[in-house]
Amino acid sequence: MNLLGYVIKRIFQTIPLLFIVSVISFFLIRLAPVDPLAELKLNPSITQETLNYEVQRLGLDKPVIVQYGKWLKSFVKGDMGYCTTGEKVSDKLMERIPNTLLLTGFVILFTWLVGIPLGIVAALNWRKPIDRILTILSSIGMAIPSFFFALLLLIFAVKTGWFPTGGLTGYNFSEMTRFNKILDILHHLILPVIVLFTISLSGLQRQMRGNLLDVLQADYVKFARAKGLSENKVIYKHALRNAINPMVTLLGFEFASLLSGAALTEYVFQYPGLGRLILEAVMKSDINLVMASLMIGTIMLILGNLLSDILLKLVDPRVEVS
Amino acid sequence: MPKLFDFNQMPKENLLRYILKDKFAKYAFIILLILYLTVFLASFISPYSKEYSNRDKAYCPPSKIYIINEKGRLSLPYTYNYIRYYDKENFDTKYIEDRTKKYKVKYFAKGEKYKLFGFIPLNRHFYNVEKGGELYLLGTDINGRDNFSRLLFGGQISLTIGFLALLISFPLGMLYGGISGYFGGKTDFIMMRIAEAIMSIPSFYLLIILASILPANMTSAQRFTLIVVILALIGWAGFSRVVRGMVLSIKKKEFVISSEALGASNLRTIVYHILPQTLSYVIVAMTLSVPSYILSESGLSFLGLGIQQPDASWGNMLKEAQEFINIISRPWLLTPGFLIFVAVLSFNVIGDTIRDAIDPNSKER
Repeated sequence: MNLLGYVIKRIFQTIPLLFIVSVISFFLIRLAPVDPLAELKLNPSITQETLNYEVQRLGLDKPVIVQYGKWLKSFVKGDMGYCTTGEKVSDKLMERIPNTLLLTGFVILFTWLVGIPLGIVAALNWRKPIDRILTILSSIGMAIPSFFFALLLLIFAVKTGWFPTGGLTGYNFSEMTRFNKILDILHHLILPVIVLFTISLSGLQRQMRGNLLDVLQADYVKFARAKGLSENKVIYKHALRNAINPMVTLLGFEFASLLSGAALTEYVFQYPGLGRLILEAVMKSDINLVMASLMIGTIMLILGNLLSDILLKLVDPRVEVS
Repeated sequence: MPKLFDFNQMPKENLLRYILKDKFAKYAFIILLILYLTVFLASFISPYSKEYSNRDKAYCPPSKIYIINEKGRLSLPYTYNYIRYYDKENFDTKYIEDRTKKYKVKYFAKGEKYKLFGFIPLNRHFYNVEKGGELYLLGTDINGRDNFSRLLFGGQISLTIGFLALLISFPLGMLYGGISGYFGGKTDFIMMRIAEAIMSIPSFYLLIILASILPANMTSAQRFTLIVVILALIGWAGFSRVVRGMVLSIKKKEFVISSEALGASNLRTIVYHILPQTLSYVIVAMTLSVPSYILSESGLSFLGLGIQQPDASWGNMLKEAQEFINIISRPWLLTPGFLIFVAVLSFNVIGDTIRDAIDPNSKER
C-alpha cells in the first residue's frame, strides 16, 4: 500500500513536468521561421490530401495557442503527423525506440557489471596504487569525446575487418536464420556499446567508490568490526548493501545521459536509434519529426527517472516523495 | 545536494600551491598553461594565417623535417616540398617529396603579415621556411590549409567558448536559484518545476535543436556569440537548483533579516547579501563544468551545427574525419580530437584536485 501510494504520488508529479516540457518544445520550434510543411510540400510523392490533413491537424490557419492545443491533443492520441519522407512519424519512432533501448540496455548492464566491482576495489584500496590507477583511468574515460572515440574504433574496424562499420544489421539480414540474426545484431552492437560503456563507466565507478567509502566510516560498520566479524563479512554483508542503494537513483541519471550521449555515437556508427533520428530530422528541418522525437526522448527520460525512483523505494522503503 | 563550503576555510591563496603539489595536477596545469599560451599567441607561432589556402596541395601529408643531410652529416633543419601526382593504377592522388631542392627552416623570420592580439601589426613568425618552400607540420586539409595553424586558431575558439558560456549560465543560474529560494512558496514551486522540465529534456537534443534554429546568414562573430548563448542555456537549470537549496538555508541568517529590516529591496538582498554566500560553491562548480562545455561545443561543431567554416574550431576540423578515406589514409586530420582529449583530461584532473583541496574528507574522486 505504501509503495502504491508512493508510485501514484510520483506519477502525479510528472504530469506538470510533461506539460511544461510540451510547452517549451512546441514554442521553441515554432520560434524558428520555418514553414512546418515546407519540406512536405517539396516532396512530390506527398498528396494534396495529406497536406490538407496536416494543415487541419496542426490548425495552421488558427492562432498559435489553438495550434498548441491541437498539436497536444493529437500527440496524446498518438497521431504525430508525417515525416518529410511521407512515412508516419509514429511508425518511424516505434522503429527506432527499441533500437535505442537495446543499445542503452546493454551499456547500462555492462557498466553495472564492471563499474560496481571496480568501485569496490578502489574503495577497499583507498589511496593505494590500485585506487590511483583506477582514478586516472576513469579520468581518461571521462575525457574522451564520444564521437572521436567512435571514429578511432571505426578506423580499427576498417583496418582489421573484424567488425561491421555501421548500422544495426548486415546486408543479408532478411535471409538469416533467427539465431544468426541475433548474432548479427550483437556483432553490430559491439563497437557502439564499447564507446558508451567507456564513457559512462567512469562516473559509476567513482560514485560506487565514494558511497562505499562513506559507508565504511559509519558507526554500524565500526561496530561490526568491533564485535569481531571477519573483514569480508563486514564489507560484503553490512557495508556493501547500504552503499549500493543510492546507486539505484543513478540508474535514472545514467539513462538520461545515455539518451543524450548516444546521439553522437549513433551518428558516427550510423546506428538507427532515436538520437540519430532527431539529428537527421533537425538537419532536414523535419518539424513533425523533431517535435515528436524531442517529446518522446523527454518522456523516456522522465519514465527512466520514475522507474529508478520506484526501484529505490523497493530496495529502500525509507524513501519519501519530496 | 553538495555540502556548503565555508569560504574562509577554503585555501584560497594556497589553491595554486595545492594543485602544484599534486603530481598529476601539476602536469595537467603545465599542459593547460602551454595550450592556452600557444593558442593565445597563435598568429605568431603558426607559420600561416587562418585564411591561407594552397588549392594545389589539398590533403598534403605532414612535411618531414631533416636534421641529417644526405651525406650523413648534421645540418640545420630543412625540408622538401611535396609534388602532387595522379596514380593511374589506383586512381588516387598521391604526394611525393621533391628531393631536388632543399628549403631551410627559419626562426623568427618574416612571413605573412598579421596583427598580434588583433592590434599589434607584425610579420615575423616563430618558425617559417625559405621563400618558395612549404612547411606543413601536420599536413593540410581539403582546402590546402595548414592543419597546424588552424589547430592553433581553432583552439582559440574551442578553449575559450566554455569560459564565455560560464559567464552567462552561472549568473543566470545564481539569480534564478536565488529568487526561487528567497521568495519560496508558489514562486519557488513554479520556478523549480520549470527548471526541472528543462533538466528533463535530453540536453543534447535541446542543444542541436537550438543550434538548428539559428539563421544561416550570420557573420561568424554573431554565430560565435549565439553558440555561446546556446551552450549557456543548457547548463544553468541543474545548477540553479543547487543554489536554491543553499539560499533556503542562508535566508534565515541574521544578516539577511537585518538587510530586510533596513529596507533593502528584495533584489538587493538577494544579489548583495545572499548570493555572495554561495560564491565558493559557484567557483568550484564553474571550474568543474568547463570540460563539459568544451565537449559540447566540439560535438556541436562536429555535426556542422556549431562554429562554421571558414572559422576553425577543433570540433569542425574533425568533421572531415567523418569520411572513411580520410581517417584511413590521412590520420593527421584526427589531431584536433587528441587536443580535445588532452585539454578535457587536464581540466578533469585539476578539478579533482580542487575538490580535494576544498573538502579533504571528500571521497568522490
